[in-house]
Amino acid sequence: MPHASLARRITDFGNRANPYPLYAELRRTPVLHEEEDGPYLISSYYDIEALLHDPRISSDATNLAAAGADGPGGPEETGGLPPSFLRLDPPEHDRLRRIANTGFGPPHRPRRIEGMRGAMREIVTELIDGFGDARRVDLVDQFAYPFPVTVICRLLGVPREDEPTFRTWVDPLVASLDPEKRPGGGQEAEYRQSAQEARMRLGMYLSGLVEERAREPRDDLLSDLVNSRGPDGAMTMMEVLSTSVLLLIAGHETTVNLITNGMLTLLRHPEVLGRLRADPGLSVPVVEELLRYEPPVQLVPQRTCITDIEVRGVTIPKGSRIWLMLAAGNRDPERFEDPDRFDPDRRDIRHLGFGSGIHSCFGAPLARLETQIALSELARRLENPRLVEDPPPYRENAVLRGPRHLDVAFDGLR
Amino acid sequence: MPADHIERLRREGRIVIVGASLAGLRAAETLRAEGFAGDLTLIGDEPHEPYDRPPLSKSALLGVASPLRTQLPRRREIDAKWRLGVAATGLDLAAKRVRLADGDEVEYDRLLIATGVRARPWFKEEEARLDGVCVLRTREDAADLARRLRAGPRRVFVIGAGFAGSEVASACREMGLPVSMAERAGAPLVGALGGVVGSVAADLATEHGVDLRTHVTVTALEGDTVGRVRAVHLSDESVVEADVVVVSLGSLRNTEWLTGSGLGAGPRGVACDAGCRAFDFRGIVTDDVFVAGDVARSPHALFGYQFLSLEHWGNAVAQAETAAHNMICDGADRRPHLWMPAFWSSMFGVNIKSVGVPPMGEQLMITQGSLAERRFVGVYGHQGRIVAAVTFDNARWLEFYQRQIERGAPFPVEFPTLDRRPEGRQPVPAGFPDPSLPTHGPMVTLSGYSPADQQLVFHPSRH
Repeated sequence: MPHASLARRITDFGNRANPYPLYAELRRTPVLHEEEDGPYLISSYYDIEALLHDPRISSDATNLAAAGADGPGGPEETGGLPPSFLRLDPPEHDRLRRIANTGFGPPHRPRRIEGMRGAMREIVTELIDGFGDARRVDLVDQFAYPFPVTVICRLLGVPREDEPTFRTWVDPLVASLDPEKRPGGGQEAEYRQSAQEARMRLGMYLSGLVEERAREPRDDLLSDLVNSRGPDGAMTMMEVLSTSVLLLIAGHETTVNLITNGMLTLLRHPEVLGRLRADPGLSVPVVEELLRYEPPVQLVPQRTCITDIEVRGVTIPKGSRIWLMLAAGNRDPERFEDPDRFDPDRRDIRHLGFGSGIHSCFGAPLARLETQIALSELARRLENPRLVEDPPPYRENAVLRGPRHLDVAFDGLR
Repeated sequence: MPADHIERLRREGRIVIVGASLAGLRAAETLRAEGFAGDLTLIGDEPHEPYDRPPLSKSALLGVASPLRTQLPRRREIDAKWRLGVAATGLDLAAKRVRLADGDEVEYDRLLIATGVRARPWFKEEEARLDGVCVLRTREDAADLARRLRAGPRRVFVIGAGFAGSEVASACREMGLPVSMAERAGAPLVGALGGVVGSVAADLATEHGVDLRTHVTVTALEGDTVGRVRAVHLSDESVVEADVVVVSLGSLRNTEWLTGSGLGAGPRGVACDAGCRAFDFRGIVTDDVFVAGDVARSPHALFGYQFLSLEHWGNAVAQAETAAHNMICDGADRRPHLWMPAFWSSMFGVNIKSVGVPPMGEQLMITQGSLAERRFVGVYGHQGRIVAAVTFDNARWLEFYQRQIERGAPFPVEFPTLDRRPEGRQPVPAGFPDPSLPTHGPMVTLSGYSPADQQLVFHPSRH
């Protein structure tokens, strides 16, 4: 596609394995607007950081729809559920996120995530043991996907055995996040239809569980969501459902990629893998550097401005779509020294991997801990692991980027 | 040969830092990080190695953290001579010597003054000595107060409703202790954030069960026969029985030891230029004496070159780093201390953060959220531009407003924002008290410096 726009080349599947040269090209025009109805692409670290804290930038589903960012085919406006807090602005966003947080983190449940450490380790051990005598595994299907799914199911209180069922609804929803599948990206009607249906079915499935928890609360997040009675009041049943759908999907789809990108990066940097094997504590800086170097969420396409704003001398008109290119910002040489080097010893590493501002990743503490445990255990237990195929085949999605399969060969288990 | 001179200083010079707290430690670390290989001496009047203070008025009082275990993390080895538990008592600028309380003298090629501030004691000495009358500044203060609170006093009385006082009152309520708080102004935090935001703080305190008394001053502390405090007398003639009294009337700068040194030092701090070089009393900049942290007063270009002295944690770190850098650099390599004033506090379950210099603002606009909900962003304006912002439980937006201040963005704020309510469409007077009246320890002192101004008289009973 010699004449294709940069935005289209970035979302084009052909460039999925290594989009970083395109991001470098992108940063040469920090505010890029290629087509009249197209989005404004923001690619420098400081600009992205600033816009994530800018109260003139909206994530509201209705503003987005008006800007054409997330037409009726988008996963959040369909299926009869109200938008989740990811697609709301304050004050509604703040209220819902606060209620969701009372079951998840400080100050109400400061130990909930940390308290799962033992369980996470058990799940990881079981999965690795499950490799058995194989000397080659697909790390995605056999490890990086089942691990976070099991964790989020346990945390929410969703039966793990229902995973094959809800996976059939999650997949089209996640696919619809890909700008390629959006209106203007072709195939719109089909994706709109299937995303709408999937969200509705997922919501209906969860409503059964939520009703159970309303009657008989347990020690899980669904129970906390449906029974919350804090100073912010209670969520409506519909709000509980859209929040649960969000947490279920975001709770594993991103971590799969973080773990897979992580193992891929470690296999490409065997000296770091060796250090991690010797010192599991290194997993903390390794995961932070990964979130900079190969973030699972590459861009945030769901933003629009509620007034004219100026970025680097360019006026972005009110109502324009804005894509915040997190992965490009993470490798901005204006911000990070030698940005294309994977360096877990980096001291100054405030990456954009989890976003920033009020929408910064809700599940960050969970994703961090999961990935730290997953990578340190893989490093410790796989003997002489090597990549079978480099680059591995990628999943289609340009927003949630990661390998679809990661074949790893090894000599045995420790 | 200035370059040679600097080279020799870096290789074998003698640097003395007076003040072994946050600023002193970070300066020492920066000196070593930037290659200073000579003699480094740290002098501190407290017997401890540098420790952190913010937890002392919060988690330490609640017993969540031990006040004795708040050591500051070290960034690197500093290989210094420590002179702890001995105060500096004098400075001979000409001979380049610091005199110590034990009679010793330490010579320097470069000196950094980082002596900080201390708690302003209760102004009647005899009453201040009553058992149960406390201040809160040092780790011993915090341990002592925490012990008294744990013992379950019948009532705690806090004098002064600034940040520290309000944090103490909040901790007391969290522990279920009855607490009264007296404030000369009309609401808590008025000196730092103005009356409009202060009234939100007043509602917060009252709703959490604090017996808040405003527009009053404490006239006397009454003791019992064995010297324990038992009651507090107020200017409205009321008397409140209390067995713990926390005096929270701001701070005094530790500059007495510089009296007669010829340095431009006084009750408002040690004046210095933007490069942290101290002024002598004639207003001429020295080249071998530097200042950093709470005790420093330096002009800030963004705020009309006013001399700001900031009792902010982040300022102490940034200023120490700049001072240390400049101490071992020549002219063009030096850099200005351009830190954006910023502080945070938490009380009654609310997170409060601010950037810029709120007391400089005449007017206030609530650009996001609502005062009634106690979740908001307030923006302060001065002569047509934004000079500060404060957030209650809304800190994630603050960075945006910091940039507005840095860019001299216009005030009133015309553009729409997420969560803008009708109440925030027009500016209102911010409600700061008359600056000519003494206040109970505002976070920022804004008045101009005069070397002749060596007296500061405190008038606690003035209305």
